[in-house]
Amino acid sequence: MPTVDQAVALGLTADEFGLIVEKIGREPNGVELAVFSLMWSEHCAYKHSKKLLRALPTEGPRLALGPGENAGAVDVGDGWVIAFKVESHNHPSAVEPFQGAATGVGGILRDIFAIGARPIAVLDSLRFGEPSSPRSRYLLEHAVGGIGHYGNSIGVPTIGGEVYFEGPYEQNCLVNAMALGLARGEALMRSAATGIGNVLVLFGASTGRDGIGGASVLASAELGAADADKRPTVQVGDPFAEKKVMECSLELLERGLLVALQDLGAAGLSSSSAEMASKGEVGLDIDVGLVALREAGMEPWEIMVSESQERMLCVVEPSQLDEVLAICEKWEVNGDAIGSVTDTRALRVFVGDELVADMPVPALVDDCPLYDLVVQAPAAGLYPAPARMLEHDVSDPGVTLLALLASPNIASRLALFQQYDWLVQSRTVRRPEQADAAVLALPQSPRGIAISIDGSGRRVACDPYTGAIEAVLECTANLACAGAEPLGLTNCLNFGNPEKPHIAWQLTEAIRGLGDACRAFDVPVVGGNVSLYNESGDGPIYPTPVVGMVGELPDVARAGRSGFARAGDSVALAGPFRPALPGSELAKLRGDELPVGLPEIDVSAVRAAQEAIRDAVRGGALSSAHDVAEGGVLVAVAESCLGGAVGAKLELGSDEDVLRALFGESPGSGFVLSGSSEALRALGERVALALLGTVGGASLDVTCGGLRIDIGLDELRAAHSSLGQLFP
Amino acid sequence: MRFGVVRFPGSCDEVDALLACERVPGASAQLLWHGDRDLHGVEAVVVPGGFSYGDYLRVGAIARFSPVMESVIRFSKEGGLVLGICNGFQVLCEAGLLPGALLPNVGLRFVCRQVNVEIARATMPFTADMADGEILSIPVKHTSGRYYAPPEQLTSMQAGGQIVMKYAHDGNPNGSSNDIAGVCNEAGNVFGLMPHPEHAVDPLTGSEDGLKIFTSMAHAHG
Repeated sequence: MPTVDQAVALGLTADEFGLIVEKIGREPNGVELAVFSLMWSEHCAYKHSKKLLRALPTEGPRLALGPGENAGAVDVGDGWVIAFKVESHNHPSAVEPFQGAATGVGGILRDIFAIGARPIAVLDSLRFGEPSSPRSRYLLEHAVGGIGHYGNSIGVPTIGGEVYFEGPYEQNCLVNAMALGLARGEALMRSAATGIGNVLVLFGASTGRDGIGGASVLASAELGAADADKRPTVQVGDPFAEKKVMECSLELLERGLLVALQDLGAAGLSSSSAEMASKGEVGLDIDVGLVALREAGMEPWEIMVSESQERMLCVVEPSQLDEVLAICEKWEVNGDAIGSVTDTRALRVFVGDELVADMPVPALVDDCPLYDLVVQAPAAGLYPAPARMLEHDVSDPGVTLLALLASPNIASRLALFQQYDWLVQSRTVRRPEQADAAVLALPQSPRGIAISIDGSGRRVACDPYTGAIEAVLECTANLACAGAEPLGLTNCLNFGNPEKPHIAWQLTEAIRGLGDACRAFDVPVVGGNVSLYNESGDGPIYPTPVVGMVGELPDVARAGRSGFARAGDSVALAGPFRPALPGSELAKLRGDELPVGLPEIDVSAVRAAQEAIRDAVRGGALSSAHDVAEGGVLVAVAESCLGGAVGAKLELGSDEDVLRALFGESPGSGFVLSGSSEALRALGERVALALLGTVGGASLDVTCGGLRIDIGLDELRAAHSSLGQLFP
Repeated sequence: MRFGVVRFPGSCDEVDALLACERVPGASAQLLWHGDRDLHGVEAVVVPGGFSYGDYLRVGAIARFSPVMESVIRFSKEGGLVLGICNGFQVLCEAGLLPGALLPNVGLRFVCRQVNVEIARATMPFTADMADGEILSIPVKHTSGRYYAPPEQLTSMQAGGQIVMKYAHDGNPNGSSNDIAGVCNEAGNVFGLMPHPEHAVDPLTGSEDGLKIFTSMAHAHG
């Protein structure tokens, strides 16, 4: 029988071990302890975040499927629903970036087709240390390679995403992947195992010794010096196997052969079977002797916890088993009846006739203790000031503009996007960097959807509450510029060790901010993921809530663009924009300390402005719409020039603080627009708006407070292309 | 015109190719399963893009042995029109239906971008609706798209009109010999190209220039 010490080595506490003994009425055997240690890990049980997450709004008028299933979904009209979810694969990627990122994509895609939706898009959200560091460049190169390898090979486009470079991610990078799927509303699948006597079928790849303990040993603990030793806990991805299992799953669903479907992710067969049994309020008997293995001699506990990729578990009526297995054979994937649905409410594991584990399902799924966090705002800043990259040179804003355009957080991401297939499936109406949000057309419909993903960890580090609101506003702003109304949101909460009171404070405040912003925009949270313990010997990462948002456009042909389109158009700055330099990208380049707190935001005024701009884009009144984000107004104007390959001649008022006017930030609340002067004046009836000048020429020519900048497009483009050097 | 589009395990662009074929006025299209030798009476075959059988070995090396390819090879020998796109081009080279080979890009990375291609020979079934020197805007997306043939073979291909499409405006994305984007066999009934014309059939998604390849095939068939 295992001891308390063994339980602790597997990541449980002594008290939790005692609770397991109490729940099952005896000491667990080795198989049972292995299963419990994973089911009760932070990664599977959310034991430090579940209570907080209950404060997020999960209801909305267009909600089709809320949290609790493999992914959430919203109704986008004409009978279509969009399923979507974002998930982290941070620690695997920090240890083995190519496979970590690849299997992150594979895992989120399985969540999407598990609910019966065909995956139609992937976006990713990446965080690394500064690219001046060799380790960061290594992680970047291989994470991007892994995402491309998996997404490109499986025929799902990678249509957008974001990447930021900040010192605190140096050791603990973040790799979050978001996927979207398309389904008819009536075809959504559930994961509840039902029907006593029905058959449990495991299909897809065979089961090996990879990824054993990934959820507990790797994902639920801080990174440390010996992490190279953890590489065997990282799974290895096979996109060809996933492609086959995806097509097989979708055909099984289309033929109506499945009672329930669930993917195998963290904790493998253990969590997928326990979750299915829990949702259906049934028991399951599994004979691990019937599981197709990659190598002989695997122990029952290894089979139960293996995180081998590209596997699915389904429940089938006995009369349809033969047809199900025939379709598995057609797609050349394993298909094995490994067990059955029972009325015992227990997960029982057999090897042939021998019972090797017998665990009450509620104990596995519901009885893991949930912890209240000890919350304490830090007395002083947690993070060192960023390394200075730019001197304080007030006299030449042109130099500052070029430095910002070339800085890693602002420079063009095309060097990365070109490594992804963003067009397969023939829906991509707005490609990366054509608009603030990616835009996809819906089939047999004039409608489209827009998707954005965002979250600035540095801003959240300055002020977790306001920074989290900004992440939501940045996404809604991106959607507004594309002409889309936000329908639903998914989030991935990447934080440090929640057992530390200052991290608990960051987490608590950020969730409060997310909840308030969602309520202010009437956007429900349809699902998401929490990744904690993102710390290394250098300290915690910036607290990074990543927000992914889906919106709907009634007429996809009118989707907005971010680049200026017509010489002679007027240019305006619109919105309740109150720029500030503390916490900005310029402040970072100058090596300023992070401020404690960010300016309060009038969220309802921002929402009103975004709605006015969305309506103008939908009405076809604007030639371009681009939100002012990192780098402030001048960077946004330069991006619109580069996007349209045309210059502009502008006058940017006479703020007493020129740098603040040009480079100050106020996320989600300012917009650079172009169009006819009549259209802009009409929009000015609904939203604060200042005309700045006109589109034209081959340079960006700006006067502000007696200073003048005139920089040619070629020079702007050269600066903005700096990331290309990382991918020679 | 009845198009057939081959579906291997690991094909990615077969549905897009099917939809592109269906945009040709009067045309219909159906998928052809890799394990089925019956071409179901189709009048032209498209071998689409993707990663056939995972392409873990040399690209296209396994697909050429599939049952459907036996029939496609026979169909081409009888003069049937066969279009290979990206992975399909690789498969046709591996099957010996087209000269040369596709090597890894000089940059060794996957590259996805819109490129301009120039029609080098308009007088053949796949380019009949175009003019010599016409520029099309079509995307590429591949890791192994660097067309290679020995110099003497390139010379004879040039003389024989087998170089059908070239990257224009210094926009060669992969380092191919002589900026070659697409080539045909000596008879002119088998054509392979790395750019994806099936992803350039609608202005909404970027360009409709690629549709001309499919309409040309229908017109050539009569």
